[in-house]
Amino acid sequence: MLESLRVYGCYVAVALRGQLQYRGSVVMGALGNLMVTGVELFGLWALFDRFGQIQGWTLAEVALLYGMANVSLALAEIVGRGFRVFDQLVKSGDFDRLLLRPRGTAFQVAAQHFELARVGRLIQGLAVLVYALVAQGLLRPGAELVLVVGSIVGGACTFMGVFVLQATVAFFTIESLELFAIITYGGVETAQYPLSIYGDGLRRFFTWVVPLAFANFVPGVVVLGRPERFGPEWLAWASPLVGVGFFWVCLRVWRVGERYYRSTGS
Amino acid sequence: MAQIVVEDLRKRFVVAERRAGMLGALAGVVRRRHRVVEALAGVGFRVDEGELVGYIGPNGAGKSTTVKVLAGILVPDGGRCEVQGRVPWLERVEHVARIGVVFGQRTQLWWDLPVVESFELLREIYRVDRQQYRVRLDALVNALDVGAVLDVPVRQLSLGQRMRCDVVAALLHAPQLLFLDEPTIGLDAPAKLAVREFVRRLNRERGTTVILTTHDMDDIEALCSRVVVIDHGRISCDGSLDHLRERAGVGRRIIVDLERDEPLAPTDARVVSREGTRVVLAFDPVRTPAAALVARITREHAVRDLFVENPPIEEIVARLYGEADARGEAEPRPEPREDPS
Repeated sequence: MLESLRVYGCYVAVALRGQLQYRGSVVMGALGNLMVTGVELFGLWALFDRFGQIQGWTLAEVALLYGMANVSLALAEIVGRGFRVFDQLVKSGDFDRLLLRPRGTAFQVAAQHFELARVGRLIQGLAVLVYALVAQGLLRPGAELVLVVGSIVGGACTFMGVFVLQATVAFFTIESLELFAIITYGGVETAQYPLSIYGDGLRRFFTWVVPLAFANFVPGVVVLGRPERFGPEWLAWASPLVGVGFFWVCLRVWRVGERYYRSTGS
Repeated sequence: MAQIVVEDLRKRFVVAERRAGMLGALAGVVRRRHRVVEALAGVGFRVDEGELVGYIGPNGAGKSTTVKVLAGILVPDGGRCEVQGRVPWLERVEHVARIGVVFGQRTQLWWDLPVVESFELLREIYRVDRQQYRVRLDALVNALDVGAVLDVPVRQLSLGQRMRCDVVAALLHAPQLLFLDEPTIGLDAPAKLAVREFVRRLNRERGTTVILTTHDMDDIEALCSRVVVIDHGRISCDGSLDHLRERAGVGRRIIVDLERDEPLAPTDARVVSREGTRVVLAFDPVRTPAAALVARITREHAVRDLFVENPPIEEIVARLYGEADARGEAEPRPEPREDPS
């Protein structure tokens, strides 16, 4: 495990050196990313500026959810880029090379790309998160902060899991499925607001199918001391584990896909 | 000791057929036509440690399918396969740690990075000890003469340089078995010679088993003591180059330059071609000793020059492929079957 992390570090160092050869493109990419997510943030601010609250949620409270969701997605985007361009690897036949190396294929796919340009969303998400934590008086050592950070990691795992599922499709068909972009980007758009404002269908989907609720809303209401609880309190404290578990399930599905690929050879 | 044992290996692919035209494409969405291609129809051979085997066949014969199975990438439908005592596809990670694979058509090096950084990363991936890595890298860099390009990004290398670096990359973990797929494709003559010379030495001096798939018959002639020919998913010939020549029945050649333009048609040789005063004859050295044939020609004709040679391997192979083709035609072709999906 530790050894794998070290090798992952080597891959990342290599990827960074490769990307830094095109410094301008990284900077522009990061700036563009920052602007796109910034416009989104402006929309959120404008909404609260006009209406003050949404179903009893203040801007500072929603900012916590927003920050957690965006930091999670940004981390997953940076680390999981390889899965998002994976269909090209299959189409070009270069996936065979990964099979020829003595490492897990999911590990290699994740390690092979490290998307520096997505730090735009990360910076913006972190800024909003810090603002929210300060406004709530939560930026101090304590169980709440641990839960927030843990849930962000769990949320990143959930987004990664969706990327893995999206990539797995490439083993079975060369047709691209935009469906998954709806889940990830639709998911983050949804999760930027309190899940309690949506209808039951959407809420159930993001709780029990793709457990994005555990990336911010479920632990968020506990940390913020709000009344919208989903199930028992211990479940909220277990939020980080839900994302990790979902990621693990997705990796099992990946292995099924890989087995299929290796028996059809295309 | 047998390093590779393959018995009755079988693999079928189901290929979706595209229909022509816009309507065809639309129809393909609703109902797809599938064709079953039998890539391997019972392939079997053994390779001992230290052999250098040429694996050849026309396009689509099953060459790369076989190599993929041996390399652990592809799971066959049936048959037995053991490489270095392992079933490749069941223990992929352990298996690939002990083989080397070079694809001439694509590089495994990181495009934007200096060559040496790719090597460093492979050292980590293959868990090669730092000390061993240094010794091996030095030896390989010297043998393949790539010291000058180690700090150059891969995308700036010439094809020959890139290929030699790819060979280094495939050997950093010191595999005892090396698969070379078209290692000289697109290379200029000096680069081809350098790669061949290196492979020969690797095989002779280090005892590395090499499986070479290629279309370049000069590679085969220069390197391989044994040639396995695959066609239509079956082994059509397996043996030494001489054996191959015998099987193809093209015999040996005499090329005669006559003084005058006169007819030349000995009874125990066949005229292959004639251009002005140059006549190429083919004969069977078993039935007609070369010396006797030469003596008779020089006695009966005024000869300016004359030499005996083995026919080029291209011709032998073309002959063999032709033979296999003729056989293939006689067999029932796999029927296209229609699957709604």
